[in-house]
Amino acid sequence: MNESVSRRHFLSRSFTGLSAVWASANWPALLAAARHAHQAAKSAAPPKFVFFTADEAKEIDAITSRIIPSDETPGAHEAGVVYFIDRGLTTFGLDDQKTYREGLPALQSTIEEMFPGSSKFTALTPEQQDEVLHTFDEQSSKGRQRRFRTSPGAQNFFETVRQHTIAGFLIDPDYGGNHDGAGWKVIGREREHMFQPPFGYYDKGYPGWEAAPKEEAKEAGKK
Amino acid sequence: MTVDQPKYKTSDEVDFVIVGSGAAGGILAKELSTNGFRVVVLEQGPYLTEADFTHNEIEIMALDKLTNHPKLQPTTVRKTPDEKAKPQRALVYGRCVGGTSVHFTANFWRFHEIDFIERSKVGPIPGSTLVDWPIRYADLEPYYTNVEWEIGVSGLAGASPFDPPRSKPYPMPPLPVKSSGVLFERAARKLGWHPYPAPMAILSQPRPGRSACVQCGFCLAFGCEVGAKSSSLVAAIRVAERTGRCEIRPNSYVHRIELDANGRATGAVYFDQKRNVYLQKAKAVVVCGNGAETPRLLLLSANKQFPDGLANSSGLVGKNLMFNSGGTVTGVYEQQLNDYKGYCVSRVLHDFYELEHEKVGFYGGGGLDARYDFTPISFAFGGIPPETPRWGKEFKATLAHNFTRTMEIFCHGTSLPVENNSFSLDPDLKDAWGLPALRLTYKDHPDDLKLASWLFERAHAIHEAAGAVKKWSFPPQEQQFGVHLLGTCRMGNDPKTSVINPDHRTHDVKNLFLCDGSSLVTSGRGQPTMTIMALAFRAADRITALAKRGEISA
Repeated sequence: MNESVSRRHFLSRSFTGLSAVWASANWPALLAAARHAHQAAKSAAPPKFVFFTADEAKEIDAITSRIIPSDETPGAHEAGVVYFIDRGLTTFGLDDQKTYREGLPALQSTIEEMFPGSSKFTALTPEQQDEVLHTFDEQSSKGRQRRFRTSPGAQNFFETVRQHTIAGFLIDPDYGGNHDGAGWKVIGREREHMFQPPFGYYDKGYPGWEAAPKEEAKEAGKK
Repeated sequence: MTVDQPKYKTSDEVDFVIVGSGAAGGILAKELSTNGFRVVVLEQGPYLTEADFTHNEIEIMALDKLTNHPKLQPTTVRKTPDEKAKPQRALVYGRCVGGTSVHFTANFWRFHEIDFIERSKVGPIPGSTLVDWPIRYADLEPYYTNVEWEIGVSGLAGASPFDPPRSKPYPMPPLPVKSSGVLFERAARKLGWHPYPAPMAILSQPRPGRSACVQCGFCLAFGCEVGAKSSSLVAAIRVAERTGRCEIRPNSYVHRIELDANGRATGAVYFDQKRNVYLQKAKAVVVCGNGAETPRLLLLSANKQFPDGLANSSGLVGKNLMFNSGGTVTGVYEQQLNDYKGYCVSRVLHDFYELEHEKVGFYGGGGLDARYDFTPISFAFGGIPPETPRWGKEFKATLAHNFTRTMEIFCHGTSLPVENNSFSLDPDLKDAWGLPALRLTYKDHPDDLKLASWLFERAHAIHEAAGAVKKWSFPPQEQQFGVHLLGTCRMGNDPKTSVINPDHRTHDVKNLFLCDGSSLVTSGRGQPTMTIMALAFRAADRITALAKRGEISA
């Protein structure tokens, strides 16, 4: 996974145009979830979890809250990311379900090992929570005991939750997830469907196009 | 479907069956039906219109609503012919009426004179099969002008001192500048370079039935909901339909060109949506799949007469694939650019289009543009500085600060043709219809990677001069995935070294024509669609002339 993550990272920025968008994330797995989250968010009754038990949902919610914390602005919790993930997992491939099914007990035993007497993520302090998550995050686990793969060939549990959290936080709220547009408010993306110039700070007051002198141009072209 | 089309029977021998409705197929459908011919267009994807286009990342990215689906049409990838290819996504192309022109970014550069004669100018290049085109820029110029006026291209003639000669200005002014464009323009001028308003196949002024651009910010990968993007769907297919002679038949997956005993094409065999198989009869077949699906179709059509694939006596069908080289350098600025708003690219520069290889140490050339091609999710994965923590408070703070303050400088460059780089049939993997899957073999020519690095340095210099607070790039990597699919049935005069002649007619089958990215002999500097459309206009003229002289059906 380490290789494929960093590879993907490279690939995503070294390709031309369109390909970057496709290469930058595992879109199919990530986004099939959004629809279902959207319906959960729209329903009048308090959403029920389909895949997670109520206790598991609390644990996942707490993990997503360390990935995108709530501070002066809303985080994964306010954006309802746990609902996005829960509904998504009922439509994900088996692989993703397995990642969570194996990841949650692995998380629990890691907590018991690292903090004897505790068994729940939600019972730890934020600092302890981060310490636990670092042991699952191969890119930040340098030198520490690593647990990022729960079984041979399984997807990295933390990386899967991380990607799902980002998708649930930033997906277009019109189509699912990102409850109340919380994620877009955080990043400063306006929800209007169309825009007019000036778009930003630097094009405000642009005086209009003026061509450069020609003789200068020809010279530069000969470099 | 906005007008009543004729409904031809598959047993009706129409004048032309066109395979594919994209940048080339749409234009050929329009031109040939306007010229009085009866045309059936077989498109493997669905017929979608503006009402079907949304900003829904789920549909577009996850469900591949507009594009080839990796589960239905899986592909394999390898670097060299001695490797066994592994299942991996190799390409994305538009799979709907209008093809890739529906979802593309709409950068619309003409090729320059050098692109047609580079081999004569620079001599042989080790490791590359670079050759001159059999036609010149001057042959294509009238057709470039046709494209600009007929489909609607915005731009400013004469704004770039490096532009090739043109017979007419653009039909409409450039789109409004973005913050990324202003930063790029000021900085590049400081460095003595010549940025200019990007020519875009996006309307800056309305046309009948089509709105001017409303700056929604969803060009790249999305279909245009207001018809401002000049896809062949809105700019050509509808004209073809109004002739009353052209039938667009969507959900029709062509998998064989049928031949008679005399080696003449008799029509195209396809699956309909229910996977029934039909042969649409025609006097001539024009294949406009793309640089991957066109050679695949020829290879799938192998028979006793053509055991190595149709029109493949040269052995070059599928070979000399070029993706275009390049990549991005990303920068963060103090103030908000809000570049997620509006179309993608507002300024380009072509000072490096033609480089002297003795001075730079490699062959090729390129262009730079200022852009922002992220959606919120792809930004979180690929748009923040690489050393930023991948989660937690600082990650969130970086997203929050950078999303509106980031721009990219995109480096577009040549890919040198290399014979081993190819699309072929995978010997094992099959698609959902049981047909051999596409296999990609690709290893960039070393000069392509050198060029990319060289362009990256210039892009860094622009960010620097523009006052970027932060900037970064990744080293150019060998490509294993493409969207520009070029050169795989190259045009030439010699049947031994090319697949089609300058009339787009295959050397081997008299009534079989190919026109799309596969026809290109060189890769240009990164924006091929304009040239594909110009070739399609020209091909329509040549094919019409041949047909009127009775040289196709005779």
